[in-house]
This record gives sequence, C-alpha cells and structure tokens, in this order.
Amino acid sequence: MDFLTIIQVLDSTIRLSTPLLLACLAGLFSERAGIFDIGLEGKMLAAAFFSAAIAAVTGSVWLGLLAGTVASLVLSGLHGLASITFRGNQLISGVAINFLAAGMTVLVAQDWFQQGGRTPSLIGGGRFSPLTLPFAEALRDVPLLGPIYYELISGHSILVYVAFLCVPATWWVLYRTRFGLRLRAVGENPAAVDTAGVSVVGMRYAAVAICGLLCGIAGAYLATALQAGFVKDMTAGRGYIALAALIFAKWRPWQSMGACLLFGLLQAVALRYQNIQLGDFVIPVQVMDALPYILTVVILAGFVGKAIPPRAGGEPYVKER
Amino acid sequence: MTAKANTERRDPAVPAIELKGISKSFGPVQANKDISIRVMPGTIHGIIGENGAGKSTLMSILYGFYRADKGEIFINGQKTEIPDSQAAIAAGIGMVFQHFKLVENFTVLENIILGAEDGGLLGPSLSKARKSLIELEKEYGLKVDPDAVIEEIGVGKQQRVEILKALYRQAEILILDEPTGVLTPAEADQLFRILGRLREEGKTIILITHKLREIMEITDTVSVMRRGEMTATVKTSETNPEQLAELMVGRKVLLRVDKQPAKVGKPILEIENLRVIDETGVERVKGIDLTVRAGEILGIAGVAGNGQSELLEVLGGMRPATGTIRINGQPLILEGTGSDGQSRRAQGIAHVPEDRQREGLIMDFHAWENVAFGYHHDAKYQANGLFMNNAALRADTEAKMKKFDVRPPDPWLAAKNFSGGNQQKIVVAREIERNPDLLLVGQPTRGVDIGAIEFIHNEIVALRDEGKAILLVSVELDEIFSLADRIAVMFDGQIMGERMPDATDEKELGLLMAGVAGEAA
Repeated sequence: MDFLTIIQVLDSTIRLSTPLLLACLAGLFSERAGIFDIGLEGKMLAAAFFSAAIAAVTGSVWLGLLAGTVASLVLSGLHGLASITFRGNQLISGVAINFLAAGMTVLVAQDWFQQGGRTPSLIGGGRFSPLTLPFAEALRDVPLLGPIYYELISGHSILVYVAFLCVPATWWVLYRTRFGLRLRAVGENPAAVDTAGVSVVGMRYAAVAICGLLCGIAGAYLATALQAGFVKDMTAGRGYIALAALIFAKWRPWQSMGACLLFGLLQAVALRYQNIQLGDFVIPVQVMDALPYILTVVILAGFVGKAIPPRAGGEPYVKER
Repeated sequence: MTAKANTERRDPAVPAIELKGISKSFGPVQANKDISIRVMPGTIHGIIGENGAGKSTLMSILYGFYRADKGEIFINGQKTEIPDSQAAIAAGIGMVFQHFKLVENFTVLENIILGAEDGGLLGPSLSKARKSLIELEKEYGLKVDPDAVIEEIGVGKQQRVEILKALYRQAEILILDEPTGVLTPAEADQLFRILGRLREEGKTIILITHKLREIMEITDTVSVMRRGEMTATVKTSETNPEQLAELMVGRKVLLRVDKQPAKVGKPILEIENLRVIDETGVERVKGIDLTVRAGEILGIAGVAGNGQSELLEVLGGMRPATGTIRINGQPLILEGTGSDGQSRRAQGIAHVPEDRQREGLIMDFHAWENVAFGYHHDAKYQANGLFMNNAALRADTEAKMKKFDVRPPDPWLAAKNFSGGNQQKIVVAREIERNPDLLLVGQPTRGVDIGAIEFIHNEIVALRDEGKAILLVSVELDEIFSLADRIAVMFDGQIMGERMPDATDEKELGLLMAGVAGEAA
C-alpha cells in the first residue's frame, strides 16, 4: 500500500466520520442531559431529505441546510414533548421517530419529485463544494507534508470543519460553562438541579434542541456534501453507529471524536477494498460492506469495558412526594 | 445582599418564619390541615411526627417544592410568596433533604455552585466558592475537601456539603429533614455541634425528625404533627419524651419494649470462620464466629456497610460464602445448589430483609401476592398440581393483615400503596407466621413510625418467647438496646466484641462500632 493510498483512505475516513461525529455529539448533549435518543437516525434522515429537497428546488445549499436543520429540530421537539413534558418512554419515542422519518421522507419525496423516492441530483450551488485552504496549492508538491495538507486537511466542505470544531467547542461548553455544569447535573441527578432553583425541563429542552441542530447538520451533510441528493434510507444506520461510538467514548467529547474516526476508517476501508482477492477465494463485497457494522458489535461487546451512562438517563423527572 | 446585612435588619421580636393556615391536599389525601407555626430567629425548632404526618410536605411548601392550597407565609415579618425553590433561596431559606440532592460524580465545589453560579463561565464561580468555603469552615467548623468527589466521601461529609450549599446561598433559615437517619452516633453528635454553632451565629433552624431523643437534645421549641394537623407546640424544656410520643401517636406508647429475661436454650445457629468475598473481590466478612441460641435475640450493631448486610444475605441464601454454618446442628450448604433462599426456608430460616422495598416485596404486586413469596410452593396455597389456590391465599392474607394490624387490611392493594410501617408489617407477618427456628431481621424499623415500631418489636419478642432464635441487625442503637439479649458489634467484617446490654452503654458500643477495640471480647 503506497503513501498516496493511505492518504486517500484517511481522507475518505474524515469525510465518512463527519456525519458520525455530528450525530455522536448530538447524542452526547441529549444523553448527558438524561434524555436517551435512539432517534438520531431518524432526525438525520429527515434532515437529509429536506435539505436535499429544498436545495434542489431553490438551488441554494444554505437554504437546504436551514430546511434540514428545521426538520430535525421539529423531530427533536417531538421527542422532547414525548419524553420531557409527557414523561413517556424515551426509547419508544426514539424508535417512533425513526419509523416516522423512514416512511415520511420517501413518501414526500415521491409526491414532490416522482423519482422513486429520491430527490433530483444536486448540481452547482445546490451542493456544498470543497474548500481549498490557503497555501494548499502552493504546498502541494512539498514531500510528505504537501499531500497531507492538500489531500487530507484541505479540500473538504465547510461542514467537515464545523464538525471537527464542534469537538473542542462541546468540551468547552460541557466543562467550562455554567450551562455545561447544569446540563451534566441534570443528567446525573435532576433533583439536585431542581432544588437548586434551576428548571429541569428547561435544561432538558435546551439539550434536546442542540441535539436536533447537530443532527440536522449531519443529515444535510450526508445529502448535500457527501452525496448529491437524497436516496431512500441513505443514513444506513449511521445514527446507531454514532450511538455506539458515544457509548465507546463513554459520553466524552474528545473520545467521541476518536471513536467516530475509528468507525469512519472502517467504512473507508470497506468502501475502497470492495473485492479482496485471497488466492483463489474472493471476499465478496457484501462482507466488506458489513464489516463496519460487525466490528461495531465486536467493539461494543469486547472493548468498551464498563461504560456507565448518565445516571438519570432514560428516566423522566418527577418531583417526589 | 450579604448575610451580615440580613442579620442586622432582623428584629429579634419578629418571628423568622411564620406560617398561617397552611393547607395542602394531594387528591383526596389532606397532607396539611390549617397549620400555623411561629419560629423565632436564632432558635432551633423541632417538628416531630410519624411517617406520613405531613412534616415533609409542610417543609416542601416552605421550600417552594409544592404550593399550598391555602395559607400565608411570612419571612422576617414580610408576607412572602414562594412559588418555587428559586424564590425560597432568595428569601434566605436553605433545605437539607433526607435524600441528599447532590450530583454524585461532581466535586464538592461543583455541587456547591450548581444553580448559584455568578456568570456564564465556571472559572470565576469556582474560585469564589473556594474562598468562601475557607471562610465558612473557619466560621462554623464545617470541614470538607472542596475537590473531593461526592461519591467518594462518606454520608456525614455529604451532609456537610448540603449544609454548605445552603450557607453559600446566604441562607438564614435552614431546614433539615431527618438529618441523622444515615449518620453514626458520632457523626450525629458532630452535626448537632454544628447546628449549635449555627444557632449561636443567629441562624434559624427547623429540624424535622421522628427521633424523640434528638428533639430533647437540641431543640428550643417543638411542634408535634399528627395526620396532617399540628397537635401542639411546646417549649422543649417544658415537655418530656413520653408526652411527645403520646402527642405524636394519639395514645400512650411504651418507648421501651416490655420483655421478660430470656430463657436461653440450645444453640440454633452456629457460625464458624465465615468469610464472604463480594463480586468485586473485596472481603466483606473476615472470618467471624457467632452462636445464637433458642429463646434469645442476638443484636448485631454497627455502622452500615461493615459486613452485616453480607452476613444476613449469606444466611438468607442470597450470597455464597466459605466457612461453616450449622442450623440445629445440620450444616448449611454455602455455595451452589442448595444454597438458595428456598432451601434456607426449608431448613427453618425466615428472613426479614434489610431493604424491604427491593428484597422483601415486589412493590407493584398486590399484598396477597407478596404474602406468598418464598412460600408459594406451600401445599395450602395449591389448588392442584398446576394452579395456585388464589382464594385461599387471599383469605390467608386477610387473616394475617388483621392479626398484624396492617392498614388498610385490603389484600388487593399494591405493596407500594401502603405506608413504610404497613409494608414492613406485611413482610414481618409473612416471615413470622411460618414459625421459623431462626428469624433473620435486618433493620426492622427503618422508615417505620413509632406505633408500628412498637408492634413489630413486640412480635419479635413474642417469637423469642416461643423459644425461637433471632438474629437482629440494626444500625439504630436504641433498637439494639431495647430488643437484644446479647449484642455483637461488627466493624470492617469482623466482630469487635460481644456485650450484654445491661453491662455496656452507647459510648462503649460507639467506640467498638468505630473500630476501637475495648477490653478482650
């Protein structure tokens, strides 16, 4: 395997990690506040569709991003309403959102575009285009550093940079601000927050809203940057992989990035080496495609160790008598 | 607004707290009926009453956790609305709940500033809190390490953090709900010293408790609540425990169990070199020897977490161990097949577990179902080989409920809908009615009101007088003294010594409980 191949696989890792990372951080905010969110998948899917649809109609990717984010926020609001206000079961609410998004996106897509549940392919301003960072062209031919900077670091869409900047931002918010302290507290012991005179409901809605926002960006990235348009079930379990990464990272931001890069790498390898020849035997492409999911199970079963979720996670807050 | 300004503004003749005609209902249950109370500044006021008398509800109204249906609150003579905890904090009220409201994996400092931060960033708030902790420590002798994580410090320290939280928020009025329930006698004494210090500094303290001794020890005035009503408010110096108990329960209560000297027979339970290693590999019981004879109550005293629970669990068939245990001379199987609860029951051991809500009952099940647990294979509950005779079981439950005065005596009520005392009576009825040779009893009166305590104690003594052996584990020294015929003290998985109740005192036992060995055991 030559140097350039490695660079290309890593480049693809970054692009494939981005939606995972955004969804993972989305889940981190929600779950750290005590709201389990299995509906990351559904929110991403809805955002992917609405961003692609609006970008296709208006020709503006930014309007697409806005529409995708709003769609994701609406579903977040639904999850919040079910699990915070009405104290319902968070897993059931999340699963319902996944079903709703899976069905609704295809149905609306068919009704609007008549292309078999897809959106038209996005062209020009309807897609996020790669950004070329300063000096990338100039440094391109410098040995070693040149390709790394030009191929790996430069040349991604703006959402990739946003996603990776979200990691230190999330860490800072969580551990250095009043909001973060209260957010973490509300996921561990909401009664402590309530008796301290802070609204548990308010904090949890704020967390769920941030989750919706980040899922929205993740979905929009899938449909308008990674690919050029929406297709049925295009999230392909990324919401669940993000949850797996979140558990692997034990609900911590930097570790989340590490976990998402690992899962992204697995996807990149599967994408690049479709049919591997081992002597007379050819490993079929399906095996390679399944690999990231199989390894997700293996990693979660074997390598996580004891992952303690936020203690009040999954429990609606009821003032005790 | 500083604490000092508050103190200067206050007129010593105006009550710090005055409640007028407070009423509160939860559905059909009237928790507080037309309650009025005046607490003068710089005093400690006790509120005493049985579980469910409405003490906690009243204080939750004062702290803004609930809103009263009717009534007015005056703080320092000013009529004050307290719609939420934020308003209570602003009015200078701090509350230390029975179950601490701390974030377990936060540091002391983080818990103290939570909700009282000075701005969007944590840095300045943390350093300000650190400084003010040093001052508070100097002023009141409240020492804690600001960087310690809550789950790694003891309950006594955790309680200090709760008090510090209130003081950091400039509280002038401090409400403590059953503060000594989780403390050792030494920790409780320390708490009372701190409360005394706070009173000297002019703070007003409300102490909610069901322990008469604490009321007599520290309060200036005391109010008694019964069934949602305030039945009396008296000066502590002008009353006595017997009078208060009568006011609480509404009838005369015997504070000491009236029992004959034990008629001790042959050994029923013999334990030799018992060792227990828990799931995490920690040795919880380190080679203990004990004997309980027919017709005696052996009381095991000790601070919670020193191996007593594990001892009970081994005897009850809930945990494997090594060593030798004989019951009526027959060895018990301590590991694997035959070491389960069912086998233990077959060998004549009944068990009233320490945590009745987790180990003694299934809270969502009906009383009659709970009465069958562990004994559901009994022939009298079987209709034929396949079905249970539920009608017989319900009739049996009803009879037991009458005999043990369970209120209400309704077999169809779910366990969670009974009060703590009545839940415990259901467990005790189930276990004692089997006529066991050995009864294991863990914390029989934790969270149980005085009337029910008296009843349960009498039932245990009655079983003893029938010539049965009883092993009692309790963290309440009062309970150990009033029930046990012989006392063993456990510390760190070992028996520190055995004493006869009339030849020892709380001080000596307290030392043994803290691991300070006395003369040869």
